[in-house]
Amino acid sequence: MGSLVLDALGKRYGSSVAVERVDLDVRQGEMVALLGPSGCGKTTTLRMVAGFVEPTAGRVLIGGGDVTRAPPHARDTGMVFQSYALFPHMSVGANVAFGLEMRRIGRAEREQRVREVLRLVRLEGLEDRLPRQLSGGQQQRVALARALVVNPAVFLLDEPLSNLDAKLRGEVRMEIRALQQRLGLTTLIVTHDQEEALTMADRLVVMERGRVRQVGSAEDLYERPADPFVAGFVGRCNLLDGRLETPGRFRTASGALLPCGAPEGAGGDAVLALRPEHVRVAPAADGPGRLVAVTYLGPQTEYHLDLAGTRLLAVQPTPGAADPMRRLSPGDAVSISWDAAAARLLPAAQPDKEPDA
Amino acid sequence: MALPSPSRLVFGGLVATAFTLMLAPVVTVMVISVFRQEIVSFPPSGFTLRWYLNAWDRQEFARGFISSLQVASLATLIGVPLGTAAALALVRSGMRGGAAISTLLLGPLAVPGVVAGTALYMFYLRAEFWLDRDITSTLQGLVAAHVLLTIPWTVRLVTASLQGMDRAAEEAAANLGARPFTVFRRVTLPAMRPGIIAACLFSFIQSFENLELSLLLVGPGRTTLPVAMLNYLEFRVDPTLAAVATVQILLVAVLLLVTDRFVSIARTV
Repeated sequence: MGSLVLDALGKRYGSSVAVERVDLDVRQGEMVALLGPSGCGKTTTLRMVAGFVEPTAGRVLIGGGDVTRAPPHARDTGMVFQSYALFPHMSVGANVAFGLEMRRIGRAEREQRVREVLRLVRLEGLEDRLPRQLSGGQQQRVALARALVVNPAVFLLDEPLSNLDAKLRGEVRMEIRALQQRLGLTTLIVTHDQEEALTMADRLVVMERGRVRQVGSAEDLYERPADPFVAGFVGRCNLLDGRLETPGRFRTASGALLPCGAPEGAGGDAVLALRPEHVRVAPAADGPGRLVAVTYLGPQTEYHLDLAGTRLLAVQPTPGAADPMRRLSPGDAVSISWDAAAARLLPAAQPDKEPDA
Repeated sequence: MALPSPSRLVFGGLVATAFTLMLAPVVTVMVISVFRQEIVSFPPSGFTLRWYLNAWDRQEFARGFISSLQVASLATLIGVPLGTAAALALVRSGMRGGAAISTLLLGPLAVPGVVAGTALYMFYLRAEFWLDRDITSTLQGLVAAHVLLTIPWTVRLVTASLQGMDRAAEEAAANLGARPFTVFRRVTLPAMRPGIIAACLFSFIQSFENLELSLLLVGPGRTTLPVAMLNYLEFRVDPTLAAVATVQILLVAVLLLVTDRFVSIARTV
């Protein structure tokens, strides 16, 4: 068991940057998710921790020791691969025992620990099966058991749920999280699924194009996003380009003047971030907005709105049957409002000015 | 019960025709080997096993069989490891010109055996002149030539089994503490195993039944079975050859069946 520190970790391939500079401190027993779209460098970062990719800058410290140049087999990490990477010619028992065998642990203890860990992942009695005789969910649990049985200092999960069907995914997510907390595993998980990251991790690292955009808890990222990318990637968000005209007044690119929660400062390009659930809609014959489309989603209803040329999405609890909101149809005029504090002003997305070399 | 549809009938007919065309020569040889008369004609005047006795009595076939066995075993033993190493390098190193090398290694399949045999013969003569030692009619010379037969098969088959493997399994082994050689021994090699076993089988058969390449390279007293059969044919035509061929066919069939018990050939090739 131990902590994991990434110190200015970077990877370049020739002149292209895969990972720019990642600083991260994962505390003992903490679960941190690397979240981002494909190609953002999250998997490369994980593979640098495991030792499969050699960093071109920075250091990796596990339990305080520098392992930046150590080969994979000399690092105390347990990794669960996206494809599970089970040994197809070995039984479940032999797969799980492999790491113990490499650590020269005696047969009796090996067998006992394999039994225990298989009980932990609810696969007891399947020791003699071959991986191909198991379902996808069972294979996934073998991969978990194989990585857990060696008590790694750092537990690494590379998109562990992406090959499971949606229903199973939810279950396994809870299982992994419960296991991780019970065993106090220092864990790094890579995922492109924000829901997975939000539900499993203590902290999230949002990455984009090799850079860390923001590090924080689920609430931090959702309620206080640092930039438009994070706001748009974590949950849904109306992102309006424009600039702050006077304190509390935002002028969109299409010319609409909107209230916002910026107390001071003016001028300069900015982005207004407004979560759909904060947008209130009401029928109003003389309202400034127009309803473009309504999508009924059971407990919630989505309203696609047009406000003086600006498109907005509102999500509200579905109104009761008698509510006049239920009679709204596309083309109707509506009033649109929100609490100024809910509309956050973010720095305009910077075009990547820095040269890649 | 419904009658089979016309398309099924046509398909079944085609399959039956294909099997007949492939198996007819084999069956014919086996049947002829027990005909009584010396000059093969139909209908047979009776059946006998004396051609098998004749084949047994004639030393050249027994000796040829031993030679072929020896050459095929040695060629397989040398060629398969070489081909396996080449396949590993080609698949894994991603080296420049890999495709060209791979084509080159498959070359012996494309060159007619007689041409390759003649070329090798001339090359050996040159080499003998330079090195001042015998090559053309030695066991080493013949085995070296047969190694050429084994390499294309091995490269093809082992490459296929390597390409089908999940490389993450090797990373998983390293992650669990296995050093590179242990990863190879415990994960990579088992993944290549079906390819290697199939390669041994095909290499052995290729070498064992090869006539054209061997024709100019065999030395006195070291005639391989196919060459011995050709020699016999120059003087007599009787069912003895059919008897020898039958034994050869059965041997190959047994080899295939035994191999299939270890790896499913249909799945590998």
